[in-house]
Amino acid sequence: MVKIGVLALQGAVSEHVRSIEACGVEAIIVKSTDELNLVDGLILPGGESTTMRKLMDRHDILTPVIEFAQAGKPMFGTCAGLILLAKEIVGYDFAHIGVLNATVERNSFGRQVDSFETQLEVKGIATDFPAVFIRAPHIVEVEPNVEILATHEGKIVMVRQGHLLGCSFHPELTVDHRITAYFTEMVKESLAKKATV
Amino acid sequence: MTINQTGTDRVKRGMAEMQKGGVIMDVINAEQAKIAEAAGAVAVMALERVPSDIRAAGGVARMADPRIMEEVMGAVTIPVMAKARIGHITEARILEAMGVDYIDESEVLTPADEEYHLRKSEFTVPFVCGCKDLGEAARRIGEGASMLRTKGEPGTGNIVEAVRHLRKVNAQVRKIVHMNEDELMTEAKILGAPYEVLLQIKHNGKLPVVNFAAGGVATPADAALMMELGADGVFVGSGIFKSENPEKFARAIVEATTHYQDYNLLVEISKDLGIPMKGIEISRLSAGERMQDRGW
Repeated sequence: MVKIGVLALQGAVSEHVRSIEACGVEAIIVKSTDELNLVDGLILPGGESTTMRKLMDRHDILTPVIEFAQAGKPMFGTCAGLILLAKEIVGYDFAHIGVLNATVERNSFGRQVDSFETQLEVKGIATDFPAVFIRAPHIVEVEPNVEILATHEGKIVMVRQGHLLGCSFHPELTVDHRITAYFTEMVKESLAKKATV
Repeated sequence: MTINQTGTDRVKRGMAEMQKGGVIMDVINAEQAKIAEAAGAVAVMALERVPSDIRAAGGVARMADPRIMEEVMGAVTIPVMAKARIGHITEARILEAMGVDYIDESEVLTPADEEYHLRKSEFTVPFVCGCKDLGEAARRIGEGASMLRTKGEPGTGNIVEAVRHLRKVNAQVRKIVHMNEDELMTEAKILGAPYEVLLQIKHNGKLPVVNFAAGGVATPADAALMMELGADGVFVGSGIFKSENPEKFARAIVEATTHYQDYNLLVEISKDLGIPMKGIEISRLSAGERMQDRGW
C-alpha cells in the first residue's frame, strides 16, 4: 500500500493524516529518520517554520529530508511547509530544505486579523477550491521549471516543480480532499516510474 | 472575483491548529521574545509581568502597556498573543486594533466583569480561554473562543491543577461521545453547556477547537506529561524566565513537547538544566489567591 508521511515535529499534523486517509492511502507520522524511510511521499504541514527548522536541526532530520527530495520522492508543503521547501526566503540569507526553485515571503498577507478564506481556481484540480490563508506566505517568483498552479490577487499561491508541490494555504483545514488526492497521484506515479526503471 | 472573508471560524480556529505540538511562552520584553523564538516557541504571550510576579505584586492586574506588545511584535516573526481581563471589551478591542494575533481572555488578570465573559464571536481576532471542565469549555466555545487551555494554577510551577483540568475535560468529552443523542439535552443542562456544542462533540468525537495545557508547567517532563494526557500543545508562563537558565529551559521544553514519548531523549534533555522556578504547594494558597476560580 502507498504510504504518505506527515512531518510531525509541530503543526497541523492530524488534519493532513485525516485527508490522506480520506484519499485511501496509509498515513504515517514522521518524527525520525527511521519513520521517513518507511514512506513514499512526504507532506510538510502548516505550523511555524522557525520551530520546525529548529527541531529538524536538533534531531538531524534535515539532511535525510533533503536527500528524500533529491531522490525524486514527492514532497508537498502547505504554508510553513512551503517555506521549508523554498530555495530563497525574502529577508533571510539561508533556506531550510531549499529544493523548490522559488522565492517565498513569510506572513505576506498580514497578521492574523488579515487571515482569510476564499475560493481559488487551481489549474488541473479545481475551479472552486476553498482556500484558507492563515498568516500565509506567498511565492514572489519562480524559476522556469516551476509551474504556477494558482494565484490570488496577483500573488502566486500554489506551484509544482516535478515531484514537488507547494501552496500558501491550508487544504487540510477543509473537507475538500482534491489537492491531497492530486498529491497522492503524484506519489503513485513516482512509484510506478521507479518500478519500470 | 471571490471576496476574502476574514475572521471566520475556520480562519480563527485554524490559526490555533497551526500551533499544535508547540510551546507558547510568556515574555515581558523584546529580549525575552527573541530568546523564546530562538528556542523554537510557536508563539509568545506578551505581558507586563509573568504570573508568578503578578501573584507576588498583588493589586489589580490589567492588560499590559501597548508599548510592550509593540516592542515584542517588532522583535519576532512568530505570532504574538496578549492578555485582556475577563469581560473587558475595551482592552480586547485595543489589542485587536494593535494587530495582536490572539487574545487570551485570562483569569491571570483581575476580572473586569464578574458576570459576563466577552462575546468573542464579534471579534475578527481569535481568542483563547481557560477551562477547568467541559461545561466551562463549552460555554467559552459558545461565546466564540477559538482555542482552549486548561486553567491550571498560574504562577505556581505546580502541574497538579492543569492535570486535574485536562483529565476532567477529556473524561467528560469521552462521556459525551458515548452518550445517546437523546440524553444530551439533559447533560447540557447539568453542565451548563450549550447543547449545540455537545452535539458537535458527539458527532466529531472531540472538542471543536484545540485544548492546550497551561498553568503550572515548569519542566520538560511537565510539558511531556501534558502531551501524554492529550493536550494539543503547551503554554509556559513563569516556568521559563523564572528558571535559572531560561534559554536551556525554553529549548528543552520545546523538544520535550514534540518528542514527549521518546523517554531516552527526555533523559538527555532533562539533564543539567539548573534550577527550575520555585513552586508553590496549592494548599498554601488562600481562596482569594486561586486564579482558577476566576471566571465561570
